[in-house]
Formats: sequence, structure tokens, C-alpha cells
Amino acid sequence: MRWRAYGEHAALLDCDSLTRTIAAHATIAAARPDGVAELVPGARSLLVVEAPGSGALAAVRELLSGADLDHPPEGESREITLDVTYDGEDLELVAQDAGVSTEDVVRLHTAAVYTVAFTGFAPGFGYLTGLPEPLRQPRLSTPRTRVPPGSVGIAGEFTGVYPRVSPGGWRLIGHTRAVLFDPCADPPALLAPGDRVRFRSTG
Amino acid sequence: MRALEVLETGPLALVQDLGRPGYAHLGVPPSGALDVPALKLANRLVGNDEAAAGVESLLGGLRLRAKTSCTIAVTGPPVAVSVDGRAVGSHAPVWLAPGQVAAIGAPVTGLRCYLAVSGGIAVEPELGSRSRDVLSEIGPAPLRVGDELPLGPPSGVPSGADVVLPAVASSELVVPVEPGPRAHWFAGPAAGLAQTWTVTAESNRVGLRLDGTALVREDGYAERELPSEGLLTGAIQVPPNGLPVVFLADHPTTGGYPVVAVVRRASLPALAQARPGTLLRFHSSTRVWNR
Repeated sequence: MRWRAYGEHAALLDCDSLTRTIAAHATIAAARPDGVAELVPGARSLLVVEAPGSGALAAVRELLSGADLDHPPEGESREITLDVTYDGEDLELVAQDAGVSTEDVVRLHTAAVYTVAFTGFAPGFGYLTGLPEPLRQPRLSTPRTRVPPGSVGIAGEFTGVYPRVSPGGWRLIGHTRAVLFDPCADPPALLAPGDRVRFRSTG
Repeated sequence: MRALEVLETGPLALVQDLGRPGYAHLGVPPSGALDVPALKLANRLVGNDEAAAGVESLLGGLRLRAKTSCTIAVTGPPVAVSVDGRAVGSHAPVWLAPGQVAAIGAPVTGLRCYLAVSGGIAVEPELGSRSRDVLSEIGPAPLRVGDELPLGPPSGVPSGADVVLPAVASSELVVPVEPGPRAHWFAGPAAGLAQTWTVTAESNRVGLRLDGTALVREDGYAERELPSEGLLTGAIQVPPNGLPVVFLADHPTTGGYPVVAVVRRASLPALAQARPGTLLRFHSSTRVWNR
């Protein structure tokens, strides 16, 4: 792990793995040092932004230098179950590339417990890690111009749900009726970094 | 109900306040007025809290009718302001009687004027802010002809008019920067950034897109892929074509291209006013960049 400068009021922690990133995020989230203005996990990094003059960056560095990141705190993590209809346009393709049946794809996808590693792309779009190996597949070579909201997709080491209509290149395996993002709700996003997620098949 | 009626919008008029920082981890950009000091000044001039919502007008052309009496002020670059066709000037509080029409001309320099109104614009906030985020489409839709903008209750008295000298937006800027997390991905990043860059017409509230001599990756980083990482307002991201993008308030919260440097916060208002064609040079006082 290594800290890198990021302008006047922020620093980026380079992590060796996604697991370390999640552990560092969980550690800071549990300690909640004063003056942390934003805490933004990435795929292999953690961006910490401090309120100017708060000294929060120094506090976070000190906190992480002494923390056991092999055993991060788990107290804060929520568990969310998403009901999914596995009828995605790419379900057959995913089954083929995995060398299994479509039923097996559903079994594999619903058996795992995922962690929201980070967000991006759109408000409420969480990158969920924990995808079983056979389902780790490349993006579509030609992205769709319109992916319907609630679409459940996979790409590389991640699975996720499109919160709203958008273009997208993930392979779609199903859809959920869950509302992933509502700017008038509190909290606005169903999924936040560190949350545990399960998918349940509704047939 | 106290309100302003929109008669003309100009190229783009958006409700903006100080934005919704603190939600980046959920994928929500900070948004908010790009020229923060200009919005705060406009609010002070009409007796509002500095954080009240006003209108960010791109290149003027905005006309509004007062449904009830109110005080307005227009800030940003110097710009013609009129009431019922009579010139009143910018950077000063102006009282409008019910039915009077205020018009903002096109600024000669700069891009964005700010109109504040006593009581502030009181559209429904989303995530604690009334700012329109053009990337995520959160917050009130861009103003349209016929919209009625509800106003909050006036909270203070206009102040400070006689000391305000509007700053002319410059067509050449030297922008101070600090090293970014991936400066070491680039060959001679400080020298590369110190060249002259031109602001292109593809720029918007998401970011300023620049044209110039492409930045070159350091040996060993030429083909390197960057796992998505957090972004900040002012971050200078360099896509594979080597031409930097300076992220502004409606930037994506994570991105997969390296950030070479970060604009110092005090210079962001000047970037908010940088028209296409503006010449930029980035300057760093840091001698040793990330290794």
C-alpha cells in the first residue's frame, strides 16, 4: 500500500488488491475520523478528501498504519438481498462461455455473497465483487446503446445492476424491480461501498 | 406565491447552489455553481445566505418577469442588465416591482453569469441541494420558457453594492496545480502541462477539454490500464489521446484514466469562466513530482 498526493486536500491510497481496498475502506468507515469530506473507494485504491484545515488526512494515515487490514471491522456492513428474474438477453452466451447450463449460471450467481467494492458510472451503480470464476467474462464487444433500468449484468470480476436507462457493455443475465437510486430517498442509493449483497432467483 | 417567470433562457440556464458534496461514494457528483464566489456575491447583494440557490446563466440571454416584488443581482463577468429595457448594471442589487422584466445580456468576456434573487430559488432540493447536475441529471431540469421559479421568504437586506468591481475574465490563464496520483505515468509531466493548451468547444460543466501537444506516457506505462479510481473537481485526467480534461463540478466520481495533476481550488472560478479558445498553462511550484 502506498499513499499518493492528490492535490491540496486529498490523497489516494494505492492498494495491492480489491480485498485490501475494501478492508481499508471498512477501517476508515468504522473509525469515522472528523473532517473526512469524501471517502471514495476504487477498484485498487481509496481516495480520501479532507475538509481544509481539519488534519483528517494525517489522522487517516495514522489509523491505517496501525490497523490489521487482514481482519477489517465488519460491524458496519449491511446485507441486502435483490430479487432477480434471470431472463437476461445474454444468459445463453454467458452459459456457453462458462461451459455450463443457464440453470447453473443462475445457481452460481445466486450462491455467492457479494461486496459492494465501489461505485461509479452512474449514481447508485455499485461494482460488486465476489463473482464465481466461471462467470468472470469480458464485456460485450459492442456495447448496447440502451440498457433498461434494473438490468443485472456481469463484466470481468464484477457484477452489478443498472440503476437507470443508460448505454452499457455488461453481459445481461436478468433484471430486478428493486429501486437502486432515488435522489429523494434517504439514503438515496440502495447499495453503498462495503454492503454485502445476495441475489435471489424469482424464477 | 413569490415567483419569477422565465421568458427567455439563453443557451443554458440552470438552478445552482453550492452543490451536494459528500455523496461521491454513491456515485453522485458534487455539482453546484462553477464560479462559487460569483454566486456567493450575488446572494450577499440581495440579502440571502451565501448558499441560496440562484440561476447560472451560460452566455446570458436570460429574461425573467417578477410575479411579485423582489430584489435581484447579477454577478460573474461584467454584463449588461436591464429592467423593462432600462439599463441597470450588474453587480448591484436591483429592486423589481411586480410585473417588471429583468434581462441579462451576453457577457463580453467569460461564460457564466449568476442571478440571485431575494429569498433564493426554492425548487424542491434533491440530496440536500437544488443544483442541476448535467452528468447525472439530478436536480431541477434546465430552465424552459414559461417555467415559474418559486422563491423562498426574503431573509435579509441587500448590502455591499458600492464596492464591487467585476473581474473581466481573461483569455489567457496561468493555472497553479499540485501533482496528481499518477504524475509518474507521464514523461516530464510538469513541463508538458506548462505548454500552452487551448480550451475546446466540447467543454461543459463536466470538464474542460483541452487541445495542444499531447502528454506522453513514461516508458513502462504506455499500455498500462488503470483500475477505476476516485476523481475530484480540478483533477486533470489524461485519456489515451494525451489531451487533458480538467474536471469541473459535474464530473464522474470514478474514472479509469490517470490523473496527472490537480488544479488548486482557488483557480476553479477562473476555469468556470474560460471560453473555448482560452489559452491555459499549468504551473506547479512543486519541484519533485510523484515517483
